Amino acid sequence: MKKHLLEAADLDRSDATLVLDTAAQIEAALTGREVKKLPTLRGRTVVNLFYEDSTRTRISFELAAKRLSADVINFSAKGSSVSKGESLKDTALTLEAMGSDAIVIRHGASGAPHQLASWVRGSVVNAGDGTHEHPTQALLDAYTIRARLGRLEGVRVAVVGDVLHSRVARSNVRLLHTLGAEVTLVAPPTLFPVGVGSWPAEVSYDLDAVLPKADVVMMLRVQAERMTASFFPSAREYSRRYGLDARRMAVLGDDAIVMHPGPMNRGMEIAADVADSVRSTIVEQVANGVSVRMAVLYLLLGGAPS
Amino acid sequence: MNHLIKGARVLGGDPVDLLVKDGRIAAVGAKLSATGAEVLDAGGLVALPGLVDLHTHLREPGREDAETVETGSRAAALGGFTAVHAMANTDPVADTAGVVEQVWRLGQEAGLVDVVPVGAVTVGLAGERLAELGAMAESAATVRVFSDDGHCVADPALMRRALEYVKAFDGVVAQHAEEPRLTVGAQMHEGDRSAKLGLTGWPAAAEEAIIARDVLLAQHVGARLHICHVSTAGSVEILRWAKARGVDVTAEVTPHHLLLTDACAEGYDPVFKVNPPLRTDADVQALRAGLADGTIDAVATDHAPHAVEDKECEWAQARPGMLGLEQALAIVQDTMVETGLLDWAGVADRMSVRPATIGRLTGHGRPLIPGEPANLVLLDPAARAVVDPAALASRSRNSPYAGRELPGRVVATFLRGVPTVLDGKAQR
Repeated sequence: MKKHLLEAADLDRSDATLVLDTAAQIEAALTGREVKKLPTLRGRTVVNLFYEDSTRTRISFELAAKRLSADVINFSAKGSSVSKGESLKDTALTLEAMGSDAIVIRHGASGAPHQLASWVRGSVVNAGDGTHEHPTQALLDAYTIRARLGRLEGVRVAVVGDVLHSRVARSNVRLLHTLGAEVTLVAPPTLFPVGVGSWPAEVSYDLDAVLPKADVVMMLRVQAERMTASFFPSAREYSRRYGLDARRMAVLGDDAIVMHPGPMNRGMEIAADVADSVRSTIVEQVANGVSVRMAVLYLLLGGAPS
Repeated sequence: MNHLIKGARVLGGDPVDLLVKDGRIAAVGAKLSATGAEVLDAGGLVALPGLVDLHTHLREPGREDAETVETGSRAAALGGFTAVHAMANTDPVADTAGVVEQVWRLGQEAGLVDVVPVGAVTVGLAGERLAELGAMAESAATVRVFSDDGHCVADPALMRRALEYVKAFDGVVAQHAEEPRLTVGAQMHEGDRSAKLGLTGWPAAAEEAIIARDVLLAQHVGARLHICHVSTAGSVEILRWAKARGVDVTAEVTPHHLLLTDACAEGYDPVFKVNPPLRTDADVQALRAGLADGTIDAVATDHAPHAVEDKECEWAQARPGMLGLEQALAIVQDTMVETGLLDWAGVADRMSVRPATIGRLTGHGRPLIPGEPANLVLLDPAARAVVDPAALASRSRNSPYAGRELPGRVVATFLRGVPTVLDGKAQR
């Protein structure tokens, strides 16, 4: 394992498999326990440095660190010196001076975790940076697919939605490719980046053509404000052409699953009856997120305090 | 003080002696002697006319923490320049005779290079109405180059009027070619790497569309047009087409666009964030070819000093721009001379003669022959050195060449016979 987890490409196949296997072991170790805690990171300090609102991801990381017995500090842009204009570098050095061993960072600017990693001695975990990557989301998605389908090799995954602005899509394309899955990206042409052709994934504009062959359909959140920038004409047209509704769900294979990284726009990219169906893994993804993040923190920080 | 320069290879030719007297070149020949003249052994050194930069940001007035006219002038002299144009995006903007005269006077006081102010095309660089271009032209600064650099004069009707209006005093509009609607939030060249890095793309077409529009406008109204920092292969093609059609257009390329590519963005170090952005290797090759065949007339640095806090931050928040004055000649030697694309005469043409002509600077870019002003640079092409940002004369440290070994060393620079640099050291 590398020292930091900044992007999915930091993990080769054996590293990625190790994270998933470790998450499975952790999950097994905690199952049925009254006290859901392992002593592994006792005495270590993990800082959650969140420059963007993200209840879900922050709580997931917080819970992961706490279940490993680490001390956790939550540092959010609101109500800290950040709002008074302190630079990212100064904030990072301050946190390190206070003894942080790992910094989990969520930031609106692509690349902020990379820069942070060049300034601090401890490990840095990217919890989502701008429109770049969100590697632990990809890990929990891979974990969920493996748990449901029993494999990743050869699994056909359709990732549908705002690929252009999606850090989830970037991380999933890379990680799923590393793990042997076959990814097809589906979106209107306006929501692909120029240069998507260089990614290890197929590209399609036609959801209905892709669905019958998909083992996994991963729906991405589409923000309504994209509409005002003419990425598509209207929410209704988007939903009609690229939304996953019951009619489309009916063409999926028997074992196919439906995923969404949340938060969902019900009625936009995913219909309520789809989100709540037995194919949906949305709640499992959230639960798996804690195990996978425990595995990441354990592998990056594991062992005795130095 | 008179100077006798012994054994310099003028434009890379055979060694000759040059006698510099009373600010002018008094004699050129073999085995010259002059009693009382300071003798400078230039054995192995190449002599070029003093370099002329059409594009720098000296930051004064307004951001004296990043650069001043004096520190920028020193960096320029150390880079072999004798004249530099200072862009108008200062605070206040150089859109009045008062501001351009202030910058010009600061340059005179520094006395290291001729600082030639560029006047803003539009009031406050806002792109809405013409600044008092005539007043700036008639001021002590005798402005001839007008630019909203940093911003494109995007309104086609306003651009047309600017092109027409400056004809009255032989001015030129230097366009920062960037269609703003295509570059909202843009962070780097739009292509495979921007897709991977999740940084908003700056499409080549945003530059090329404006150049295509403006060469047509310039031809239509019979005006002179200059294009700043050309960065794409497509732009070179459009310029080649326009010149073949007889359009009176000139263009510049920066040293960094001749050397660096968008691969530099991979580590998200904002020192490599610049506008227009670093492009692909294919663009770099096309720019070199365009400079070699004269489609691109000049090398201009776009020297853009920034304070540490404006660069040591998130990529998206960082200010665009990089230092260039002190390494420009080395980059040109590296990318153009050592590749066989230009000889030293060609370097003199693209870095001195043509930029002086574009800027209508009569005392610069002149041949090194008796009677001409003694504006010249002596460089050692055999030297090699690793760039250390801490050792630069600029007040800022945002050099993209940190740690890179580059060829060539500026040994001496003379401004009207006065050495501004000797033995690689600034003289004031």
